[in-house]
Amino acid sequence: MVYALLICIGFVYLYPMLYMISTSFMSRDDLLDTSVKWIPNHLYLQNYVDAAKSMDFLMSFLKGILIAALPTLCNVGICMMVGYGFARYDFKGKKIMMGLLIFTYILPSQVTMIPTYVLYNNMGILGTIFTFIIPALFGNGLNAPIFILIFYQFFRQIPKVLTEAAAIDGAGHFKTFFRIAVPSAIPAIVTVVLFSFVWYWNESYLTELYVQGLSAKSNWTNLVVQLKNFDSSFQTRASVGDTATSLNESVRMAATAISILPLLIMYLILQKQFVESIDRAGITGE
Amino acid sequence: MAEKTKRKTKRSLEAREARMGYFFVLPWLIGVLLFVLIPLGQSFYYMWFNIRITPLGTKFNPVGTGNFTQIWLENPEFPQQLVTYIWQTIVEVPVIVVFALIIAMMLNGKIKAKGFFRLIFFLPVIIVSGPVMNMLVSEGASTIPVMNTQVVINALDTFLPYSMAQSIGDLFGNMIMILWYSGVQILIFLSALQKVDPSLYEAAKMDGGSGWECFWKITLPTIKNFILLNAVYTVIFMSGNEQNALIEMIKNAMFSGTKEKGYGYASAMAWMYAVVVTLIVLLFFLLLGSKKDVYDRIAAKRKRALRKEERLQKKVRRRNQRNVRKIEKARQSHRYKTYDGKSDY
Repeated sequence: MVYALLICIGFVYLYPMLYMISTSFMSRDDLLDTSVKWIPNHLYLQNYVDAAKSMDFLMSFLKGILIAALPTLCNVGICMMVGYGFARYDFKGKKIMMGLLIFTYILPSQVTMIPTYVLYNNMGILGTIFTFIIPALFGNGLNAPIFILIFYQFFRQIPKVLTEAAAIDGAGHFKTFFRIAVPSAIPAIVTVVLFSFVWYWNESYLTELYVQGLSAKSNWTNLVVQLKNFDSSFQTRASVGDTATSLNESVRMAATAISILPLLIMYLILQKQFVESIDRAGITGE
Repeated sequence: MAEKTKRKTKRSLEAREARMGYFFVLPWLIGVLLFVLIPLGQSFYYMWFNIRITPLGTKFNPVGTGNFTQIWLENPEFPQQLVTYIWQTIVEVPVIVVFALIIAMMLNGKIKAKGFFRLIFFLPVIIVSGPVMNMLVSEGASTIPVMNTQVVINALDTFLPYSMAQSIGDLFGNMIMILWYSGVQILIFLSALQKVDPSLYEAAKMDGGSGWECFWKITLPTIKNFILLNAVYTVIFMSGNEQNALIEMIKNAMFSGTKEKGYGYASAMAWMYAVVVTLIVLLFFLLLGSKKDVYDRIAAKRKRALRKEERLQKKVRRRNQRNVRKIEKARQSHRYKTYDGKSDY
């Protein structure tokens, strides 16, 4: 009974993916042929070639990795530090600061978006990757409050005896942090790296606004942003006659497929880390 | 003397610890100031102005509440979308949370291929992003073709306000997408469920409790906080999600070339939006917030009584000391006379 239900829901879950994959391999004739429902008559790869060309796949892919990886590194480092500070030390105003942390999480980024845009513009970093790196360096990267809370939870579980023992043996605050806290936090670090990377990778709204710099239109882009503007970029290419077909759903599905392909591969390789991440990071260890 | 120095070193140690705490938190604090609080104030300031960017610089033209009247009276789209958003969130969040809980409970049971199912249910977290979702929705991959939502909407429309009927109808239409939003929530529930003490279930079973009762009396109270956590997470996720037409509208208004729109107009929109999101979060807090259970309340009451007792005792002690001092003083100033005149007790 449970299996039947799980398999049903699992199918519903996978339905969009299956639909996407099956459609992306269809040629135009297959699309128009009503007898072809799921399995195309022959494997038609031209869609992928076309989509990849008009998304400028390789460059967007590499830039996307940079856009996701560099802020992630900053995010992990700083969030770990801040989480440790909250968990290990007692100081005045800590409760207020924790409240502030939750507040920054709840606040939609749209409220601060406009002045921040102006700020970046004045700093002259609009349209560069620094618009993601600098906030991350100051602990305000994408979803940073969640990561800080993850580290906070994790470091609270480290027995205080351990750090006290280190202090007695003459380790300073930093040595304790780097030698004891950081190595023991590997599971939390893995979680944060994975989630931060995925979230940055999938962020198109802010990427388009800051890193690409909407009005500045720099060259920075990632696959998701390319996918967002896919229709127009494909049509300009098609109007020059650069593509094999005109815009149709198989091409669009092929574009969607290749934009999620890198993460999909990463997911299949690191599946265990992903699926067990929340468990191990002890988010729920209240 | 020794006592005193000891206390002093302890205090300075505490001060040093506190300083280190500030040091560790400092980068984040600066960041919050720079990237959240100051921009927040600025956008609050912006929303009373009509801001034009000219080659000579940015021109601020105070319009009072002009931006708001513009939004509410002359641009019907924003209020309409706002109402849709509110209904959508209020309808969809409980569905997502309940669904996540059901899946988590099924996965938590003794089943084979648990890892495989987890793999499937977590997959959407990796690939959900605005453009991907838009693509899939626009190609109709998100609906199961058999479902006819219009019938549902029409049926509901007879006894519900239209926007609510619409959002419930959308719920059926976008079922898959809604299920796709529940990946992280499933994981959170799963690990919460695993922390429920199994001996509780055993004890309940001994006493003849059914599975249904166990769920309501053991599982639900234990994971109550995680339901709140998941609800809030879902609200926030949906508020920043690109499927949300409102945030796209704010962005468009920001770069709109028309005379009345621009930064000020967009700020006003963003502020209203933020207030609405916060209110929805508060609503869920009120609905699901921790009404502590009986034991907690009793314990808290005991603690309060104890503290009161302590305070009373302290008061009595202080008064005692004061009285002793008073008597001593009076005695020294010979105000007390004994009957034999020696002024000594």
